[in-house]
Amino acid sequence: MLKISNVETFYGKIQALRGVDLDINDGEIVSLIGSNGAGKSTLLMTISGVNKAKRGNIVFNGENIENKDPHKIVDMGICQVPEGRRIFSRLTVEENLRLGAHANEKGKYFENDIKEIYDLFPVLSDRKTQRGGTLSGGEQQMLAIGRALMSKPKVLLLDEPSLGIAPKLVNQIFVSIKNINKEKNVTIFLVEQNAKKALELADRAYVLVNGKVTIKGPGQELLKNKDIQAAYLEGGAKN
Amino acid sequence: MEKKDIIQSFKDSLFTGLIALALFGPIVGLRTVSKGEGLFITPQWGVVFFLVGLCILGRFLININSARRTELKIFSTLSSKFSSITEDKAKHFAITGILFAVIFPFLPFTDRYFMDVAIMILTYIMLGWGLNIVVGLAGLLDLGYVAFYAVGAYSYALIATTFGWSFWICLPLAGVFAAFFGILLGFPVLRLRGDYLAIVTLGFGEIIRIILINWYEVTNGPDGITGIPRPSFFGLPFKRSPDEGETSFHLFFNLEYSTMHRIIFLYYLILVLALITNYFTLKIRKLPVGRAWEALREDEIACKSLGVNPTNTKLTAFAIGAMFGGFAGSFFATRQAFISPESFTFIESAIIVAIVVLGGMGSQTGVVLASIFLIGITEMFRDLEQFRMIAFGGAMVLIMVFKPKGILANRKPTILMHGDKK
Repeated sequence: MLKISNVETFYGKIQALRGVDLDINDGEIVSLIGSNGAGKSTLLMTISGVNKAKRGNIVFNGENIENKDPHKIVDMGICQVPEGRRIFSRLTVEENLRLGAHANEKGKYFENDIKEIYDLFPVLSDRKTQRGGTLSGGEQQMLAIGRALMSKPKVLLLDEPSLGIAPKLVNQIFVSIKNINKEKNVTIFLVEQNAKKALELADRAYVLVNGKVTIKGPGQELLKNKDIQAAYLEGGAKN
Repeated sequence: MEKKDIIQSFKDSLFTGLIALALFGPIVGLRTVSKGEGLFITPQWGVVFFLVGLCILGRFLININSARRTELKIFSTLSSKFSSITEDKAKHFAITGILFAVIFPFLPFTDRYFMDVAIMILTYIMLGWGLNIVVGLAGLLDLGYVAFYAVGAYSYALIATTFGWSFWICLPLAGVFAAFFGILLGFPVLRLRGDYLAIVTLGFGEIIRIILINWYEVTNGPDGITGIPRPSFFGLPFKRSPDEGETSFHLFFNLEYSTMHRIIFLYYLILVLALITNYFTLKIRKLPVGRAWEALREDEIACKSLGVNPTNTKLTAFAIGAMFGGFAGSFFATRQAFISPESFTFIESAIIVAIVVLGGMGSQTGVVLASIFLIGITEMFRDLEQFRMIAFGGAMVLIMVFKPKGILANRKPTILMHGDKK
């Protein structure tokens, strides 16, 4: 449903993506792993339209989106949970969630949608009127995911959901991601440094090195791959 | 506190004194007096030393205060007085404030002078509330807000003097023109934030003023526009002897003629306009567009990733903020009956921004308190003549020392418990 072919993205003169090919099928969980600076976040930003690709195509359900504005892409059903969560810290939890549904707050399913988010993350329901900035890292991540889900995406792009979060909560968040995929039938594209967790969860996975996809395959298979174990899993075995 | 700290703070305050000396020396110390055939300089070093001493002492006290874990008594009582003003109390303040504002013209001590000051404060409150949409909610630092005030005033003046239309037709037109200029400014600055945005808006304010000075055929240049019609009370003018076939306000209500009628009417007019601005802002904060403004202030990238269109969001903020500036401008024009580019200099923008910032960005009640404080103080110290601005600056420094985030820094949530009491 989402097909990325030969995408190149630049920051000024610096090339961050050097021809990325990648595709995501309906209902899958696809993980992208790679080290710092490999271009993982850039790829997500390019899909969601915040950064523009200089070359290459991104096709979503048969439509080219590489030149569309971010809000149009959200309307089409691709929503991103940005790296570092980017909660509106002075706004309350409920206000944050409502902003997620910015495009269709007047929709008749709105009240039901917000209730579903509270069912998914009950802790947010307890903190409705609290400011986003006062939540813990894990709670903020849940809020960021919930906020993105409010736009009713078909594809959810997750950028490092485990970053800076207590290990116990990381597990909980990964379980939630799986639930979102299975129960709400949302396709997941997960970018992670926590390679072990990301590969365990994924149906399929890609490895990005220096702006290029080097390895791809089913998640379980990549977990056993020698090169990947050496480069990404040995150090990450602490998880 | 250790001895080392005291020496450190003492050194620091001496340095402050040095800066104060450099500033006050030429400004206050050398006074030019014109005597007979020319200008002579009379030194007044006594005043300079007094002011420099005051700065050193003030800085020293602040230093000691921040070095200590436990605050000096004078500081703690002062800051607790300030911080006792919370949003909760602000609500009571708002209700009593509005009631007071309504009965104010009929209080026994209210005279012409008080009414004029009150009208001025209300004008600034309205401007502050208008700018609060742009700066406080959307987080776009606009240093050229006076441009919209000017556009409103000139549109009103030109339409009213050219076509002779009444205030109530010209007012919305002036608002529309100002909103249009808001969008005009908005487009080129869409990609800018923070300091860069501030510089461009500053330039915009100056451009408008310079156009007003130089476009002589239309704006009458520096001479300004005279004979701007006064507003009428729903068709009843405030005149001693009305024209043929016309009834004036005092005749219609069978009152003794008094100029105060018009002043009181103007007072209520600006009060209503200001309250409309406030009501509008309070309402729009709870709507998606208002929430998007606040979200944009917090984090633009997050907004983009959630599908908020930053272009539209910023433009609506500029347009609506400008519209209220335009309304205030029309009021200003009709009240003064005369306008010239002189009234729309950068200092006006600076004062309005100061009101918003000192009030606590985004706080509606804060704007009221800051307006009363800043405009009231400059009026109170009118007798000080050229030192008036020093009092103004001092007031700003005091607020920033005791309430660094503004008088009312706490943001009020738009959705309360359970999400049903909106």
